[in-house]
Amino acid sequence: MPSTPLHKIRNFAIIAHIDHGKSTLADRLIQSCGGLSEREMTEQVLDNMDIERERGITIKAQTVRLTYKGADGETYQYNLMDTPGHVDFAYEVSRSLASCEGSLLIVDSTQGVEAQTLANVYQAIDNHHEIIPVINKIDLPAADVEKVRTQIEDVIGIDASDAVCVSGKSGLNVDQLLEAIYKRLPPPKGDATAPTKALLVDSWYDSYLGVVILVRVMDGYLRKGMKVRFMGTGATREIDRVGIFTPKHIVIDELGPGEMGFITAAIKEISETKVGDTITEERHADKVTPLAGFKPSIPMVFCSLFPIDSSEFEKLRDSLGRLALNDASLHYEQESSQALGMGFRCGFLGLLHMEIIQERLEREFDLDLIPTAPSVVYKLDLTDGSKREIYNPVDMPEVTRIKAIYEPWIKATILTPDEYLGGLLKLCEERRGKQINLSYVGNRAMIEYNLPLNEVVFDFYDRLKSISRGYASFDYHVDTFIEGDLVKLDVQVNQEPVDALSMIVHRSQAERRGRHLCERLKDLIPRQLFKIAVQATLGAKIIAREDISAMRKDVTAKCYGGDITRKRKLLDKQKEGKKKMRQFGNVDIPQSAFIAALKMGDEK
Amino acid sequence: MAFGIYIHWPFCKSKCPYCDFNSHVSDRIDHNQWKSSYLKEIDYWASLTQGRVVDTVFFGGGTPSLMKAETVADILAHIQKRWRVANNWEVTLEANPTSFETSKFHDFYAAGVQRVSIGVQSLYEADLKFLGREHSPEQARFAVTQAQKIFSRVSFDLIYARPQQTLQSWKEELSEAIQISKSHINGHMSLYQLTIERGTPFFTRHARADFEMPEQDLAADLFDMTGDMMGAAGMPAYEISNHAVPGQESRHNLGYWRYDDYVGIGPGAHGRLTQGSNKFATRGHRAPDVWLNKVQEFGHGMHPFDMVSPLARYQEALMMGLRLSEGVPVERLIQAYGASIDDILSKDKIASLVKEGILEESQTHLKTTQSGFRCLNAILRYIM
Repeated sequence: MPSTPLHKIRNFAIIAHIDHGKSTLADRLIQSCGGLSEREMTEQVLDNMDIERERGITIKAQTVRLTYKGADGETYQYNLMDTPGHVDFAYEVSRSLASCEGSLLIVDSTQGVEAQTLANVYQAIDNHHEIIPVINKIDLPAADVEKVRTQIEDVIGIDASDAVCVSGKSGLNVDQLLEAIYKRLPPPKGDATAPTKALLVDSWYDSYLGVVILVRVMDGYLRKGMKVRFMGTGATREIDRVGIFTPKHIVIDELGPGEMGFITAAIKEISETKVGDTITEERHADKVTPLAGFKPSIPMVFCSLFPIDSSEFEKLRDSLGRLALNDASLHYEQESSQALGMGFRCGFLGLLHMEIIQERLEREFDLDLIPTAPSVVYKLDLTDGSKREIYNPVDMPEVTRIKAIYEPWIKATILTPDEYLGGLLKLCEERRGKQINLSYVGNRAMIEYNLPLNEVVFDFYDRLKSISRGYASFDYHVDTFIEGDLVKLDVQVNQEPVDALSMIVHRSQAERRGRHLCERLKDLIPRQLFKIAVQATLGAKIIAREDISAMRKDVTAKCYGGDITRKRKLLDKQKEGKKKMRQFGNVDIPQSAFIAALKMGDEK
Repeated sequence: MAFGIYIHWPFCKSKCPYCDFNSHVSDRIDHNQWKSSYLKEIDYWASLTQGRVVDTVFFGGGTPSLMKAETVADILAHIQKRWRVANNWEVTLEANPTSFETSKFHDFYAAGVQRVSIGVQSLYEADLKFLGREHSPEQARFAVTQAQKIFSRVSFDLIYARPQQTLQSWKEELSEAIQISKSHINGHMSLYQLTIERGTPFFTRHARADFEMPEQDLAADLFDMTGDMMGAAGMPAYEISNHAVPGQESRHNLGYWRYDDYVGIGPGAHGRLTQGSNKFATRGHRAPDVWLNKVQEFGHGMHPFDMVSPLARYQEALMMGLRLSEGVPVERLIQAYGASIDDILSKDKIASLVKEGILEESQTHLKTTQSGFRCLNAILRYIM
């Protein structure tokens, strides 16, 4: 299969909010171009992972090559790039967009523009994309095409008069969309005679093929047997396979300028392939200027994961390793906690990423995990002039050594029906938010806030959804680090700190948080022989305290000669149970109490 | 070291829903066969414990008041034939207060029983019904009064901390019980809080929430009030659940708590026997038929003996001894362990328990305080 001339190629991404029908529409495009027969179509063919299908989200970028015969009689090569829709994967979105020249912006005609749509559209605009607005789900009774058209123009500021109105579900007007793609989107540029230059868009581990690298060729060709250099890492490899997805993977001879596809090159670990790297032919490597790379992904949200059953620690390590094979943004580091035993401190791109990793560990690897409260990264200036980053509250140095603490702030965009505005403003204010803007889009309010990320990682999203009965949409990106009056809140049981419950909070929130934790533990810790003091402290200062009064009764009424053996064995058994206890001063507290404390969420 | 003999009669007329003892209901009991089997096992045990002097005999069950008085007489006679017995030996028999059993008191006395322990359990009709007992409050009162006329020593049991029991109602019930007990100078009462044991109908019913047990604080208040009332009545607790006019303590049961030797005769009976520097735990086969057959075949119905390890001996001596008001002599613990106990009994832990008023420590003894009794299980978990 010789490569297609540039003017017959269109590379485009699909951007949309979750649930706006992106995957279904993609399915329809694939089907219309004969990529898969009716029989081969499963729902949302591009979302490979169970979790992607269930949650209606796309985590890994995918490309599909479609062959489309236009009404003008020409045959076009369409490369459809399916991108993750969620803010946590903004980085994946950005590199996907960089490999295309145009985007289809899907908006649900029953829902309208959402916060997330905005973020992705802005990225497409940053990448100089031509954008075709697509109004989807027009067959639904609640569809309001004109309102959405106005919204797209008002909020996003692009001309929506020629938006394509479709139904991905029924296939209505999908033919118009396919026509619009070659008519309205620009073909890629490239030089077939120049030395090979290709962008490494994404990579993943496949148990049969090894590491599969998704590429976009800019200039020249990629062919089987070619010796290529990864300019960023400096590694040299021989290509052993060149192919495309239709979405079935098909091996072809070469990928030419403007084309997308995959290569394999006997690479075993995903860490050897840096997303955004430039791939060139070894013999011309010196003549090629690398493409502008991407910013590496930086984990912003952290939490610790402990196996409930301590014997599963090794399994957790292996499982994290397996996930990291395909997820360069997942960071993890061994950690040991007095209250919870051995586990890992993990870094995630955001809350959804964290949730997905936890869910995959539990589901795909059958682990029972205790996650600690999520936290963020803090930057510290120390009195000795040095700087430090803190990923875990337990690593916080003595107060006297800290000159200043900086915390990440986000810029958040919330779109909500008017009636929930009051409640959401209150939520943002409670979370130390600073309002930047408030405007209206039809009958919906759009608020923009600067918020500290550590106020958002807790239960902000849950609260937002409950206040707005699920109608508000929320999107954010990390903006900057700002100095804050932050303190480390510790919880002590009988004067001994429970490391897993420590958290870094703003001084203004410390008392409320501390009180909640103490009250919660009071309910969870069983009474013991001795009185137990549960205290929340800031350094040496006690800000909340609850006492658990001593146990009053725990005795066997009867014990005679026949009961001795049984009674002793029972005590022996209880001693075994003590291994699941953690000692605090003269009391043993079941690990389950701490697990429950962590599971209960911040405040209910 | 005192030496006791426990005889287990494994049959009841009906099973009580709270009871997890080795008891069985059977229509056909061959009393002669049972008698001869007990005598055979006595021979077996006597041969193993030559030279020991019997201090106490206790007929427990089951319901030993359902035994024929003649069986009891023959057993006691046989014990005297096979062992030397102390002049002041104590012979106790557990009895239920149904009219049938009460009518046999004279015969049991004639057979050699000096002390009876009557399973009254409650003085209220509804509660007796809940507990699955076959007697009425009137029968219970009558049985105790009759026994007091016949036996020199009479004890009875009550079960309290029952579902829905209030402090006030227990106060009234216990007051009446004290009156009944005090009409005899040698009073003794066993006052047990109801516990829900695995393998009993109550366990299932409780799990299904058919009834609710008193919560911890009420159970503790009931316990404290019981201790106060019994102390005021001149029958202080000498063990967690046992109260007596001083001098009237059950010597047989004291033997268990002081970790003395005893042999257990009959189905499922347990024993502890010191031989040289070793201590053995013994137990009979639980099923009545199996036990009978084994005795016929081998002369005894015992499982192979288990040697009790030094650590287990120490643990048993400690957990039993701390049940007593007199406490446990440290010397007994050292003896049980066979070495210094400094490494196994944490001084720090004892000190913190003493500081909290849970234990008392003297030169010679370790003692549980009145408030410590309520939490003995937790204390043992903590120090063992």
